Amino acid sequence: MRAWIYVARKVLHAVLTLAFVLVFNFFLFRVMPSDPVKLLTRTSSAELSEAQQRELLHDYGLDEPIFPGQFLDYVGDVLRGDLGISFLFPGESVMEIFLRNLWPTVLLVGLSTLFSTLIGIGTGIWSGWRRQSAFDLASTGVSLFLYAMPEFWLGMMLLIVFATTLGWFPTGGRISTVTGLSGVEHLVDVVNHLFLPCLTLTLAYVGEYHLIMRSSLLDVLGEDYVTTARAKGLREKVVLRRHAVRNALLPTITLIALNFGFVLGGAITVELVFSYQGLGLLTYEALTAKDYPLLQGLFLFFSAGVIVANLIADLLYGYLDPRVREA
Amino acid sequence: MRVAPTQAERPGPPGEAPSSPRSARAVAWARRRRALARFWAAYRRSAMGMAGLAMLCFFVGLAIFATFANDTGTNPALASGPVLHPPSLRYPFGTDRFGLSVLTLTIHGSKISLLVGLSATAITVVIGAVVGIVAGYRGGLVDVLLMRLTDFGLVIPWLALAIVLASILGPSLGTIIVVIGLTSWPGTARLVRAQTLSVKERPYVERARALGASPWHLVTRHILPNVFPVIFANTVLVVAVAILSETTLSFLGLGDPFSISWGSILESAFAAGAATIGAWWWLLAPGLAIVLVVLGFTMCGFALDEILNPRLRQR
Amino acid sequence: MSVLSVRELHVTYRTQGGGVAAVRGVSFDIDRGEVLGLAGESGCGKSTIAGAILRLLPEGTEVTGSVLLEGEEVLTMRPGRLRAVRWAGASIVFQGAMHALNPVRRVGDQIAEAIVAHQQAGPREAMVRVGALLEQVGLPPRRIDDFPHELSGGQRQRVMIAMALACNPSLVIADEPTTALDVMVQAQVLRLLKELQRDLGLAMLFITHDLSVLSEVSDRLAVMYAGKLVEEGPTAQVFHDGRHPYTRALAAAFPTIGDPSFRRRPSGLGGDPPDPQAIPSGCPFHPRCPEAFDECGRTEPALYDAGPGRRAACLLVRSALAGAAEGER
Repeated sequence: MRAWIYVARKVLHAVLTLAFVLVFNFFLFRVMPSDPVKLLTRTSSAELSEAQQRELLHDYGLDEPIFPGQFLDYVGDVLRGDLGISFLFPGESVMEIFLRNLWPTVLLVGLSTLFSTLIGIGTGIWSGWRRQSAFDLASTGVSLFLYAMPEFWLGMMLLIVFATTLGWFPTGGRISTVTGLSGVEHLVDVVNHLFLPCLTLTLAYVGEYHLIMRSSLLDVLGEDYVTTARAKGLREKVVLRRHAVRNALLPTITLIALNFGFVLGGAITVELVFSYQGLGLLTYEALTAKDYPLLQGLFLFFSAGVIVANLIADLLYGYLDPRVREA
Repeated sequence: MRVAPTQAERPGPPGEAPSSPRSARAVAWARRRRALARFWAAYRRSAMGMAGLAMLCFFVGLAIFATFANDTGTNPALASGPVLHPPSLRYPFGTDRFGLSVLTLTIHGSKISLLVGLSATAITVVIGAVVGIVAGYRGGLVDVLLMRLTDFGLVIPWLALAIVLASILGPSLGTIIVVIGLTSWPGTARLVRAQTLSVKERPYVERARALGASPWHLVTRHILPNVFPVIFANTVLVVAVAILSETTLSFLGLGDPFSISWGSILESAFAAGAATIGAWWWLLAPGLAIVLVVLGFTMCGFALDEILNPRLRQR
Repeated sequence: MSVLSVRELHVTYRTQGGGVAAVRGVSFDIDRGEVLGLAGESGCGKSTIAGAILRLLPEGTEVTGSVLLEGEEVLTMRPGRLRAVRWAGASIVFQGAMHALNPVRRVGDQIAEAIVAHQQAGPREAMVRVGALLEQVGLPPRRIDDFPHELSGGQRQRVMIAMALACNPSLVIADEPTTALDVMVQAQVLRLLKELQRDLGLAMLFITHDLSVLSEVSDRLAVMYAGKLVEEGPTAQVFHDGRHPYTRALAAAFPTIGDPSFRRRPSGLGGDPPDPQAIPSGCPFHPRCPEAFDECGRTEPALYDAGPGRRAACLLVRSALAGAAEGER
């Protein structure tokens, strides 16, 4: 029963935070000191007659007061899934463009996060357990280097080595332009194009997760209950697995979730480097074209992504640590 | 309990006049000097810390040198070298698409990269420290509100927000500095608040309050000096992140188009298709510079963290 | 035969500033069913001895000497044998149960874990044993599924005691078991320990800085200072008639409630225990000793015979011995 209350509490918190983001998102774009007509239609007000301006403003609901009129309109629209019309892709709604670009990014970010967390946590545990060993010094040194690298720079270097020079992978794009590929060929094609961006994003964060997990484990290994476990005559591996790792995972999970915002940022630059058509590249294109409706929708989506990641981490934490389940 | 004189402190041979009593300030300063000496001795023992410090000194020196050096080497109109040439004796890190030496560009780029990184960090740390101390010290509703704000700040994906803000404010160095500052303070605030809470509970704070000390006195004389080490260690790590952030924002074209930073060099390189051409040297110098500077700050930060943050690692 | 026999135990920690000698040559015996109290101020090395006996000190710590547990040398045991001896031969009741228990696992699991690890029972049978153990320490068996944070300080300490008894050890080392508790709870836990020790015929090493606690619980009393034993003997004698000035000072520091003369006579001991890296020459206690004389700064006293079953490391005791020998001639 206590567990369900905890889950409900965390979900409610996530929903509330999302609501705040919605409000923030709205005001962020409305309080700009510029020409609203130009922003929405890309034609300067000066080029339109008074009547045309008024009609335009009315169409977009801009003649209503910002609060509550425009705000409620906005909320209503969002809840219905209407995020506006894009400039870049005239005639298409923001939502349509989203859904088209969603899966490539989910695939990229999802896979790389999976790999980087599993590998980083694994090496971090081994490093912390075998402190100052050759493995520890090597892996921690490599981790520090990877942590210090801008992910897009790493991407470009990998591109040069493996795509441009060695030709093992395509130099960009999400899928090749060849049509009529069979199911399996299509899959291979997708993987081919996904490989380098995914590798880049994995390497970009694996170092950080390694460092976090190692540090967390070292802290835990100094705790009294680990000494107790050893005193009970348990084998080192059992002490590590049953007592140290579980406790060390707790702060690690929290920090990894907090890092998710940076991972999404990384997706933007990496997709750009590899011309990988997803939400990240879309953000860059929207930025260059000053497509505000699209930017606004993307901002909302990215924030929602981080909120969901944190929610998952909170639930996982609650599962592992009985202390937080109390009211 | 009165401390009886131990052997080390027994009075010297007769005939030596006792030293005159020093003022309270002199005593306090002597104590601070000793604490600083102890800290430096501890820091010197950290290999990571010393290596990081060496790297930082090198790059700061480089930036200072670049400030006074002639920057004609960065002007495309005055370029004289071969275009897109790989590293050679004359051009150790090759040339860019105008024929400018990448090494020269990188050296001059250090100015902006470091400047932006440090300025943004200043904003981050000031806001974060103020929010953290106020939230921790006041508690109650103020704390709850500030923490909600902080949590909210932590949740917002920084690059998305940075892009939105920069597109509104227009591309410039000021934009980048403000944007990085505004998106990074929550982390510092959380840390400072935690430390403030722990310091607040200490006996000497309670005593000072009982003696009637004003909140201002308590914060500046008791809380701030004890929160400072944590802030300092954190600041160094924040600079590392700020520099990486500046690189990213410049790479996306949000910085000042007329100034050179490591990020902007990478942006030109990318725009010119350096990756697909295979012009790795154009990317190498600025990338290495970024990695080494960030490493430098990070290693110093880790070393400081170990010294200044009380944690029982092994008993 | 003694259950525990420690000879010339030296423990040196490895730190960044060099080696720190926490224990500098300690020897004692504990017989079956006997409680030896080990007293001293913080930093004198007593907790280190607890860790040293079962080789639980941090890696790199230098431990020399001899620790015979039921006749077996612990310091040179092979890892497999050491693991078998830990908990089943000798167990430890740690101080501060809040930190000595894993916060994310149920207490029942933590106790059962030891039983199963020593193959004394399968998982289900172990849980039955745990229930019985909890009853033995005065806790309702339903507590078996609780997490440490759901118990009070006193209850957690009882769990620690139950855990220490789980594998039927011959020796229980109690390292400051009551220090972190309220006074009333302290008394309860002490009474429990004493009962269990008597009923089960356990040998016990009771480590604490609180001399008054030892006067109730231990048969023999040993006092430590700066890494060495300075006095040892039957509790009542050592407590009421200490032969070493430090012992006398320690005992006198405890107020006798209702004794007006105590209130008027300050009896604290000035100064602090020496820094392990800067131990005074000669007798380490001489800078703080009210009865120190010239030779005390030059000669380090050994543990001299101070009566039947008693020893004390003080030059005054040596003089008394010499005097008695003189007198006999």
